[in-house]
Amino acid sequence: MEGECRASPARSWGLPAGGAGGDSPGGDVPLPGSISSSALLQTEVLDLDEDEDDLEVFSKDASLMDMNSFSPLMPTSPLSMINQVKFEDEPDLKDLFITVDEPESHVTTIETFITYRIITKTSRGEFDSSEFEVRRRYQDFLWLKEKLEEAHPTLIIPPLPEKFIVKGMVERFNDDFIETRRKALHKFLNRIADHPTLTFNEDFKIFLTAEAWEFSSHKKQGPGLLSRMGQSVRAVALSMKGVKSRPEEFMEMNNFIEIFSHKINLIDKISQRIYKEEREYLDEMKEYGPIHILWSASEEDLADTLKSVASCIDECCKATEKRMSGLSEALLPVVHEYVLYSEMLMAVMKRRDQIQTELDSKVEALTSKKADTDLLTEEIGKLEDKVECANNALKADWDRWRQNMQNDIKSAFTNMAEENILYYEQCLATWESFLTSQTDLHLEEASEDKL
Amino acid sequence: MEQAAPDPERLLQPAPLEPLSHPDTGLESVVGEGAKGARDEGPGDGTMTESNFSLKKIEISVSEAEKRTGRNAMNMQETYTAYLIETRSVEHSDGQSVLTDSLWRRYSEFELLRNYLLVYYPHIVVPPLPEKRAEFVWHKLSADNMDPDFVERRRIGLENFLLRLASHPILCRDKIFYLFLTQEGNWKETVNETGFQLKADSRLKALNATFRVKNPDKRFIELKHYSDELQSVISHLLRVRARVADRLYGVYKVHGNYGRVFSEWSAIEKEMGDGLQSAGHHMDVYASSIDDILEDEEHYADQLKEYLFYAEALRAVCRKHELMQYDLEMAAQDLASKKQQCEELATGTVRTFSLKGMTTKLFGQETPEQREARIKMLEEQIKEGEQQLKSKNLEGREFVKNAWADIERFKEQKNHDLKEALISYAVMQISMCKKGIQVWTNAKECFSKM
Repeated sequence: MEGECRASPARSWGLPAGGAGGDSPGGDVPLPGSISSSALLQTEVLDLDEDEDDLEVFSKDASLMDMNSFSPLMPTSPLSMINQVKFEDEPDLKDLFITVDEPESHVTTIETFITYRIITKTSRGEFDSSEFEVRRRYQDFLWLKEKLEEAHPTLIIPPLPEKFIVKGMVERFNDDFIETRRKALHKFLNRIADHPTLTFNEDFKIFLTAEAWEFSSHKKQGPGLLSRMGQSVRAVALSMKGVKSRPEEFMEMNNFIEIFSHKINLIDKISQRIYKEEREYLDEMKEYGPIHILWSASEEDLADTLKSVASCIDECCKATEKRMSGLSEALLPVVHEYVLYSEMLMAVMKRRDQIQTELDSKVEALTSKKADTDLLTEEIGKLEDKVECANNALKADWDRWRQNMQNDIKSAFTNMAEENILYYEQCLATWESFLTSQTDLHLEEASEDKL
Repeated sequence: MEQAAPDPERLLQPAPLEPLSHPDTGLESVVGEGAKGARDEGPGDGTMTESNFSLKKIEISVSEAEKRTGRNAMNMQETYTAYLIETRSVEHSDGQSVLTDSLWRRYSEFELLRNYLLVYYPHIVVPPLPEKRAEFVWHKLSADNMDPDFVERRRIGLENFLLRLASHPILCRDKIFYLFLTQEGNWKETVNETGFQLKADSRLKALNATFRVKNPDKRFIELKHYSDELQSVISHLLRVRARVADRLYGVYKVHGNYGRVFSEWSAIEKEMGDGLQSAGHHMDVYASSIDDILEDEEHYADQLKEYLFYAEALRAVCRKHELMQYDLEMAAQDLASKKQQCEELATGTVRTFSLKGMTTKLFGQETPEQREARIKMLEEQIKEGEQQLKSKNLEGREFVKNAWADIERFKEQKNHDLKEALISYAVMQISMCKKGIQVWTNAKECFSKM
């Protein structure tokens, strides 16, 4: 099941040419097939776009424009991945492409679990090959996240989908649940790949490339359970003390996070509720149309009109289904991801505060001259560096996160509006054509009567 | 005994017979604004071609509704709604209308009028009244009779009822109907004085006839089936429509929550703030637009409801036919058995069981004189019976002819009205879609500016 694919030259992954001319990054090594394929890719990208608006998007500053036409959650073709690139960073810099697909069920004597196939394509030198295929389960993703949090406590690590659905079904192997999770996991890995710092994390690389046995032995290394427990106990103790004084900018950040978290949770609930109401509306509409057909059976003159009405209602049902699926693709997952992000952000703030508290407590110890001053001063020096590092890392990541959030939200809601417009346009066309057919008939009948 | 043809006494006669304040008595109504279904520009039957009628056009409207309190028959205080009925006559020359009559009536008086018409015009498909209590209600609408929206819709329904009467070639000429529009006081007494309640067929009798009739006209059987189907399918339609309305309401209203949250969120955003705020406003507009949309749809539902109730009127005509037919069959049967008896007495053979025969056996034979007397009596009864049978036959055929004429008229009206209703439904949907496109286009613009 797991295996490393050595890419054949024919399939080598050239650079994405995109719309922004194709400079090869890390330009020393000519990448196999890049020159010839870049031109090809360029045309293919343009061909995919029939929508005028998206062409304009490519020609403008492509880095931070919203991407409506291709959902970032559809890992279908390499070309669609190119468009995902513009989602976050400059197209030129993307050299790591990851897809998560093919969920498979594994049954052992102890448990049943699902693994997902992860395909990685890269042109980076530090990778042994340019293509990898591995299988990982949810637990493995959890491990990765924890490692990243350990290594970068004040960076905003992308959120993982929840372990279980809180309300509703707790059944882990429901198809919809698995598909939703797969998409979220795909997003998770791609966000890491796009992050300027996290993308170079060693554990991340191993996660993407190691064979099964290699991977499990690697997981076993690292700080033991006890030391991890010890750390968390200290962390709890420190957090109990509270932060003495948080710098102004972090106060603002914290304030934002609190309010944002509250609002995004509400929006999540509202969006889910709309989906549910639409589903129930659809169910009733499905019953509504056929009644007109039933009626037409007892009528003569009215039969045709009634049948037309029934078919209009059916068309509207189809349009509703389309609207609902659009919502569940473009809006719900994005909003939900940001709900998880908001929880992540609060954890990051806490960790930052903890680091500062460590420093503050040592400083306090120094001033009260309780312990060895020399040792303390040295420790304080180290901690001051640590705090400064942590704060800077967070600040930089925060700006990046804000920008991405803005794009994602804007994109998601714009899509939602677009879906609604399409829905109403479709229904409008259906009823208008019904109306024309009825008035035409009326004129026909009137002229027949006159004859 | 009910008559198949309209009772001449019930129809308005030329001026000399009626002490009316108006020089003419013909009623030909013109559709007032907002009225539906009154297309017939006057009766086409023979009675109206009498030239001593100078026809003036009149407009009828139920223009207001008012809550009133009063005392009912048991001297208890009650609240009810009264409706103002205004009649205007339209001058031919300049088209201007002059108010000629205006009076207040309550729902129960409308019911009285209709019940009277049902008794005196059993061959007519009598237009139905709007519902007494709100049914097929979806959750937002109250089922309260005092609810202003319900009262308003009922006002329109009552106006429609009067217009349908006024445009019916036969019913429009009924005196009691005329008095309903013009004589406020004493009208109830006038109606009751006609004694129509006594003339009404008992429900039980009608039911009995329905089961036992042997040879009703096939067209009436089909009509009964049709009216059953119509009633069933329209009820079903109205029920599901109410549920659809409920769900649609939910979808729209939940979007309103976005408005509030976006507004609160915009407070912490610098770049996104404006876009969020203005998009939120459009979400509010979207959420509130459903109220008018569904209000309009209630009028569509009312149009369907009218035909739901018409189904019952159709069945009433069928029942009348069955009753008459059964009556006829019974009379024929009775006549046949009397003839039989007579024959037996005359020839002295007893083929059928008779009480007389049995008592004769028990108590002794009767004298020839007695027998002669009996034969004579029977012969007279037979003669009478034959006369009755003849007139019943005639009545029955008249009834079928007249009823069927009205049913054809009704069918055309129904097809026209329901088609228009379905078209108006499409128009409503189109309007709803256009509103939706506009709101979401505005919202999309706001989102894209974030």
